Amino acid sequence: MSSQSCVTIHKEWDIVAARQMGREIAKQLGFGTVDQARITTAISELARNIYLYAGEGKVYFEVIESLDKKGITIVATDTGPGIKDLSLVMEDGYTTSGGLGAGLPGVRRLMDEFDIESETGKGTKIVTTKWVR
Amino acid sequence: MRIPILKLHNYLLISIQTELDDQTAIQFQEDLLKQIHITEATGVVIDLTSVEVIDSFIAKVLGDVVSMSDLMGAKVVLTGIQPAVAMTLIELGIHMRNVPTALDLEQGLMKLHQELGE
Repeated sequence: MSSQSCVTIHKEWDIVAARQMGREIAKQLGFGTVDQARITTAISELARNIYLYAGEGKVYFEVIESLDKKGITIVATDTGPGIKDLSLVMEDGYTTSGGLGAGLPGVRRLMDEFDIESETGKGTKIVTTKWVR
Repeated sequence: MRIPILKLHNYLLISIQTELDDQTAIQFQEDLLKQIHITEATGVVIDLTSVEVIDSFIAKVLGDVVSMSDLMGAKVVLTGIQPAVAMTLIELGIHMRNVPTALDLEQGLMKLHQELGE
């Protein structure tokens, strides 16, 4: 069984809306407080990347509930400029925006599964999952 | 949304009780520096007990406000960072090494008291 919800990101406040929705879903799924904070922070980083680099995009939440495991998948998509060098953005400390550069490698550490696809000029899609333990 | 800044003798006390969005965080940075200037406060405690999420942006704003206040001559201590927030920040790769912290408001005030020798 799975269900989906979505937040469109095009202004700063949408970052907050996305992480509030994500936290609510995580709470309902039975994640503990630490995992809720991990998931919420990951959503915040992904939504901010969309806002900063692509201007507009979407964050989807998918609830995965099978017999043996439960989890949340976050999909962040945009049709922005894309990322030229994926291995570079996955390095700790790399930034083009003067932020802390904690972005994507940090998100990968907070979540259990992480996948990124990007094409220059077409956009970026990040799919990341956290399982309830 | 504005975060209230309270004055107590030579100190400013702030308890962040709302969900921090980027704009509120930046507004707070500006408000705090103005208040330090106006009140000539020598110490500041920012209590984060009710904050459930600190992402890289909010962490940067908080780290910056500590350095900015320091430049002006006021010591800032962050207090009450929740266990889940501390774990998430370190996993995210944010160490905030130069930021003075204390367990709670009371210890934060004691820390300021010791450092400023007042």
